[in-house]
Amino acid sequence: MTEHLSRGCLAKRNSDREKQMKKVIESTDISKAFGSTKALNDIAFSVDESEIFGFIGPDGAGKTTLFRIIATLLLPDKGEMKVLGMDCIAGFKELRKNIGYMPGRFSLYQDLTVEENLNFYATVFGTTVKKNYDLISDIYSHIEPFKKRLAGKLSGGMKQKLALSCALIHKPKLLILDEPTTGVDAVSRSEFWAMLARLRQHDITIIVSTPYMDEAMRCDRVALIQNGSILTVAPPQKIRNGFSRKLFMIKASEKYKLIIALRKYPGTVTAYPFGDSVHVTFSDDSIDESLFRFLSKEGLSKVTAVETEAGIEDRFLELMKKGATV
Amino acid sequence: MRTILYLIRKEFLQIFRNKFISRAMFAVPIAQMLLLVPAVTFEIKNVRLCIIDNDLTSESRGLISKLEGSTFFKVTFSTFSENEANNLLHKNKFDLILNIPSGFGKNLGTGKTGKLMASVDAINASSAQLTWAYLSGVIRDYNRNILTKNINTIPVNLVPQIIITNRFWYNEMLNYNHYMLPGVLTLLVTVVGFLLAGLNMVREKEMGTIEQLNVTPVRKYQLIIAKMVPFLLIGLIDLSIGLIIGKLVFNIPFVGSITLLFVCSFIFLIAVLGLALFISTFSGSQQQFMFIAFFCMIIFMLMSGLFTPYESMPNWAQIFNMINPVAYLMKINRMVMLKGSTIHDISREIISLIVIAVCSTSLAVRRYRKTA
Repeated sequence: MTEHLSRGCLAKRNSDREKQMKKVIESTDISKAFGSTKALNDIAFSVDESEIFGFIGPDGAGKTTLFRIIATLLLPDKGEMKVLGMDCIAGFKELRKNIGYMPGRFSLYQDLTVEENLNFYATVFGTTVKKNYDLISDIYSHIEPFKKRLAGKLSGGMKQKLALSCALIHKPKLLILDEPTTGVDAVSRSEFWAMLARLRQHDITIIVSTPYMDEAMRCDRVALIQNGSILTVAPPQKIRNGFSRKLFMIKASEKYKLIIALRKYPGTVTAYPFGDSVHVTFSDDSIDESLFRFLSKEGLSKVTAVETEAGIEDRFLELMKKGATV
Repeated sequence: MRTILYLIRKEFLQIFRNKFISRAMFAVPIAQMLLLVPAVTFEIKNVRLCIIDNDLTSESRGLISKLEGSTFFKVTFSTFSENEANNLLHKNKFDLILNIPSGFGKNLGTGKTGKLMASVDAINASSAQLTWAYLSGVIRDYNRNILTKNINTIPVNLVPQIIITNRFWYNEMLNYNHYMLPGVLTLLVTVVGFLLAGLNMVREKEMGTIEQLNVTPVRKYQLIIAKMVPFLLIGLIDLSIGLIIGKLVFNIPFVGSITLLFVCSFIFLIAVLGLALFISTFSGSQQQFMFIAFFCMIIFMLMSGLFTPYESMPNWAQIFNMINPVAYLMKINRMVMLKGSTIHDISREIISLIVIAVCSTSLAVRRYRKTA
């Protein structure tokens, strides 16, 4: 009897979770071309509620185009984009009240002060700064001492915090951040991601794009995007684990010469520079004496090689290469 | 409504924060009035005259002194060589050569016809015609003097004559300031309306701020109204400044209703603001906008009848002027200020302006895209 009851409870909780986990974004076969340039090809993915979803990819991969479609600023040529349960084209009016968009380029009024910008966006969304202050206090408190300063005179990190405050001031359900950390120093970047993590308490779903691989680890799930196509979508840890070979980190006194030598070595599959070392994979997934002999013959000294864990970047490069050869 | 008011407040904040623009907006009408009204005139003064007097009789000297006595002519050169005179005319040293051949005085004295030759530099056709008209006026005058002198030989009252008495209505003294000032006022309102609002809109595009504004629930018409209102007010303030200068500096008569003038300028401003914002919807940069706006403005202004009466333009030009808001305001301003026309006299112009205003504004709202 009790067992039966508890099972019933569990079932109820599960269905609750299902209801909670409703999709914030559902994209089906979204394509967009600018003239003859195909920016997006059949993009399909979905984002769950309260998730931090990252788009990682090089410049020109199509991240901004995709974000502009989600933000109702651009119409797709093909496919359907549902955001917060509404169609991006038909429901754009309602959607605009519920999304916060922070474009990659700083696009607040540079000739208005910090305070004036914030008040402006609050009023335009039909709310006040006071009403939603608790939501932005964590971020805005950093720039509040400079509230009389013109936005154009702020430093990069402060501009970014102001832009985030303005994008959040109407308590959006979905926050779209297009390369928010580009051009921001390492400390501010790390601070910024900590802020995003705290925003999750307010039930805000966040999609964020970045060219920095290290930031991918801060997301719940990550989509790797290249040439307008999504290569894979998975939690970052899983993406790393998807690396198909053993990865070795090789160092030598002259890095550039080392890469060239490694790429000449017959057993090498890939060799990419990574910081002050080179990440290498071999066809037999192991290192033997013949490699060291080969490298010393190439004139390299102080060669060290250790096995290392693959990062997102390694997996990304692997996927990119696969995509290129297919 | 609250949104529109707040958007307008933001525009004013930005305008007055830009120190250059906020000062220039009020300095421009003052400079424009003070410079253009007295400078742009069709009156011809100080025509430079070259005399070739091959006669050297009292008759020829009498004619020359008569020419010198008028305000139009200034004898700047006299010579006996026709070649030299022609050369100097070619070098633009003077505007008119009057050649008095020898025998001129003798012929007059013996009752024969005196002959003169005038060569006018006609690069500017209208000024050449005016110069010629002035010259023949002076000579006609001189002619009459000769007739009265010889009254004993020819009884002049026997010759029947038509005497015309004329009066110039609405501008009795033919004061060109009175004609130009209403035109310059139109120009002033056009520049403010056409350039500032459109540039402001394109600047939002250039700075990328439009992107952030587009994701807000602000409606298209709200945005367009918010962009129009500040410049509408500034245009009307500039008009007031212009009118005050007209009264204080040029003492221009103001016959008609000031309210009517302001109402018409108000409608006109909506028309040009709408047009400028429409242009701004397909310009990506301030440079592009300036180019198109300037092109339109020059056409509108030169065809509006600012300098040349538009009734004398070719037919197609008059048809074009049916969609030229500047032409309507030009006419309205002159009629109201100089003639005291009432709303009934200019109802056709007002209705046309309203139609243009409605069309251009709805075009701007329709064309403006929040989504690409």
